Amino acid sequence: MIAEAKNVTIPEAKPAAPARYTKKDLVADQPTWCPGCGDFSVLAIYFKMMEKRQVPHEKITSVAGIGCSSRFPYFVNAHGVHFLHGRAAALATGVSLMRPDLHVFVFGGDGDAFSIGGNHLEHAARKNVKMTYVIMDNQVYGLTKKQTSPTSPLGFKSKTDPTGAIDYPINPIKKLLAAGATFIARTHSHLPNHVMEMMEKAMDHDGFSVIECLSECTEFYPGAFDAANPRKGGLFQLIPPGHAVTDEVAAYKLAMADFPGYFGVFYHVQRPTKNTLENRIIADAKSRAGNASPADLLKKTFERFS
Amino acid sequence: MINDKVAEPAVAADKPAPASSRLIKDAVIRLAGNSQDGIQAIGGFLARLAGRTDKDVMTYMTIPATISGGPSIFQVRLGTGEVLSAGDEVDVLVAFYQHSYRDHVDTLREGGILLYDSDHVKHEPDGRAYRAIGVPITSRTVEAIGGTAKDKGKNMFVLGLLARMYELDVPKLEQMLTAYYKGKGEDVVRNVLLAFHAGYGYNVTETFSFRPGEARQTRGQIVTDGNQAIAYGALAAGVRFGAGYPITPWSTIMEILRQELPKYGGIFVQAEDELAAVAMACGSSYAGYTAITGSSGPGLSLKSEAIGWAIMAEIPLVMIDVQRGGPSTGLPTNVEQSDLNLARYGSHGDSPRIVIAPGSVEDCFYTTIEAVKLAREYSCPVIVLTDQALATRVETWEKPDFSKCVRDISPRFEPRGPNYKPYEDSAEGVAQHAPPGTPMLDGKYPIVTGLEHDEYGHPAARPANHVMMVAKRRRKLKVLESRLPKVEMHGANEGNVLLVGWGSTRGPIQEAVDRARASGESVSAIHLRYLMPLQPGIKEIMDAFNHVFVVELNDEGLYGYGQLAGILRASFCDPRISGINKTDGLPFKVREILDRMNEKLKAAKTPVLA
Repeated sequence: MIAEAKNVTIPEAKPAAPARYTKKDLVADQPTWCPGCGDFSVLAIYFKMMEKRQVPHEKITSVAGIGCSSRFPYFVNAHGVHFLHGRAAALATGVSLMRPDLHVFVFGGDGDAFSIGGNHLEHAARKNVKMTYVIMDNQVYGLTKKQTSPTSPLGFKSKTDPTGAIDYPINPIKKLLAAGATFIARTHSHLPNHVMEMMEKAMDHDGFSVIECLSECTEFYPGAFDAANPRKGGLFQLIPPGHAVTDEVAAYKLAMADFPGYFGVFYHVQRPTKNTLENRIIADAKSRAGNASPADLLKKTFERFS
Repeated sequence: MINDKVAEPAVAADKPAPASSRLIKDAVIRLAGNSQDGIQAIGGFLARLAGRTDKDVMTYMTIPATISGGPSIFQVRLGTGEVLSAGDEVDVLVAFYQHSYRDHVDTLREGGILLYDSDHVKHEPDGRAYRAIGVPITSRTVEAIGGTAKDKGKNMFVLGLLARMYELDVPKLEQMLTAYYKGKGEDVVRNVLLAFHAGYGYNVTETFSFRPGEARQTRGQIVTDGNQAIAYGALAAGVRFGAGYPITPWSTIMEILRQELPKYGGIFVQAEDELAAVAMACGSSYAGYTAITGSSGPGLSLKSEAIGWAIMAEIPLVMIDVQRGGPSTGLPTNVEQSDLNLARYGSHGDSPRIVIAPGSVEDCFYTTIEAVKLAREYSCPVIVLTDQALATRVETWEKPDFSKCVRDISPRFEPRGPNYKPYEDSAEGVAQHAPPGTPMLDGKYPIVTGLEHDEYGHPAARPANHVMMVAKRRRKLKVLESRLPKVEMHGANEGNVLLVGWGSTRGPIQEAVDRARASGESVSAIHLRYLMPLQPGIKEIMDAFNHVFVVELNDEGLYGYGQLAGILRASFCDPRISGINKTDGLPFKVREILDRMNEKLKAAKTPVLA
């Protein structure tokens, strides 16, 4: 662990709040989301999961970029960061690597994750940095009032595509598989139990876990995900029980299914995290250097310069 | 004058002169070859030897931007007493090839020595007064080493030649060579020493010895380049996280940190791009570990958005910018000081940050330590403006006192509150950041954000709040300004001409002042280490001079002055301030500064200096 390697003691929680906290203790601002927004469901599940898991209050850390869903940290009464558009995963990488005592959650939307932040998403996945990234995909830019998003379907009419989207949409699961994410799941905000199940599995994964959560924008793309919502007559199709979650090709095939596609865990493998590998490098380097103090290490190095 | 060469009679080329040993104060040696000839190694050994024998040294290196091959030079100036610049004119030019001879022969001073490889170079006497000595460097090296050595080892032969010419300490050199090459095997060490001694044994007929320097009471001398000094400065300052993306001439800093940080329990991440590098650094700083990132100009452009975030969120961050020629991809392996405006203002909105620039290799070390300290004390980004010349220049400097400069900046998680205000509108205006893991006594947790926020960190767009917060972020720099040390004056406190410089031009400017003053002229210089905020008292200093010329390696712009000059004019409403600027991608020569100064004075119808 980094904390040990550095001889830094990260103090165990002396909880200022009651020994057990409830969802209520985690409620902060009234969300600015529109009525009926799918993101409410993700927020409620996050509260519920934290209440269940009792992660020490001061160690809950939520990170977000820019977008409607990226307002998330403001609505959680816990440490959090509202960072730049697209760069939340990169910031979370810095937090995660230096703070093994935290499980960092990143929240954002499809524009943040797949468009302006596409490169960071891929590299955080490839490096397998320990964190959970929940992407609330509404297939439209909502905060800026209805422009085409990277996941908008062909023909989607928006203010930037008045005659319908012509750019082929990104398939999030295929992109994440190709990037090397080690836990990839898909869920639907209208099915809170399923969201909870995916969030818990993601949290328990030691590595880069990512969830694509279809999250309806009732203002600019209402009804987008009705086809997968049983209450609206849709079919919520779970991944077939026989699917081997370690089979990348099988996961890719599942991801190719026509909209609304499958829901559940597409892919789940164990690969050493960057956190673990860096700590191994630290342990080796420190041991080779005889666990010398910073001043002694510098003195020794500067002997070579003289 | 610093460079008090012994006047030599002009001797017809190629005519051997009688053996003699002359006492000199310093020597400028330029090695010109191709990048794979190991000429940097010769320069490096000379520099380190100088460091071990109480001589000062300053080097100047150009490296080709191509992957391998291409002309390359290394210039080293060895001397007793402080060496301020790499030297305008060359005492000895070692030319490995015809192009090396052709391209650099004009740099030889009158009475200098051209030492050329007669196996490759055809010397054409041009009537200029220098001594040309042809040495069959290639064939003698092959002869010495034997076997299939081809032309490897020529650099060691030349090192031997120079050791003979300058009566250098051979046992020490042998010791250094053996230590350096022993990792590559005994054969290599043997060949290196054979080539070295072949060179040493060659009779060059002309020898010099350095005047003994003043004995020093120091912790001992070390020899490093500027980028090494920055990397180890960061380690001494307690930095345990860094992230970067490869770009010349910044890469060597990240390479050192990637290798060294784990020993200190830290991590350096090679990020997917410049944007991610600064974002990761922001993440580490937010998490309690003040982080370092860096780049050259193109990367600073890309990082400007996140620097703005750190300013708004008041997160400490250290950003190293190793400047090179711009704009765009520009001149990747040449020097320029053209990122000053970007460093001071780059980012949208009113975004006050700290900018400091080291003036020497030694200063690179201490400036980095100071940058980390200031970033934490003022809770904002600090940009360190170094440049390609300083990055690759090798200097001797006094070994640091690690008992004084090594810091532990591990995070603290003591509970905060109740009513904790991270962004309190206090007299000093500095934010009190609480990293995640910090318990909040009243159970209310802060969000760190790029949105304008109130004292609690809560988003707030109210007009009066923005006015207050903009003023608060500005105010902390005013507080810092009031605490900065006074500007150091080189020369008299008043007079005719004041030269103003910043960054790597410090040495040549001071040497120009020394030369001008030695000929009785009234010239002084100030060096600005802090570029945002500026040090106090600058206006009073300028007011005591008739002329103020800002010497900078950037363009004179549309109105005849460069970037720092523009800042000084705007800050102090002084229209006398004008620029001595240069954009050829090379460090200032002392002569260039003096010539340009005289042109300016002439244009101003003022008596011309010598």
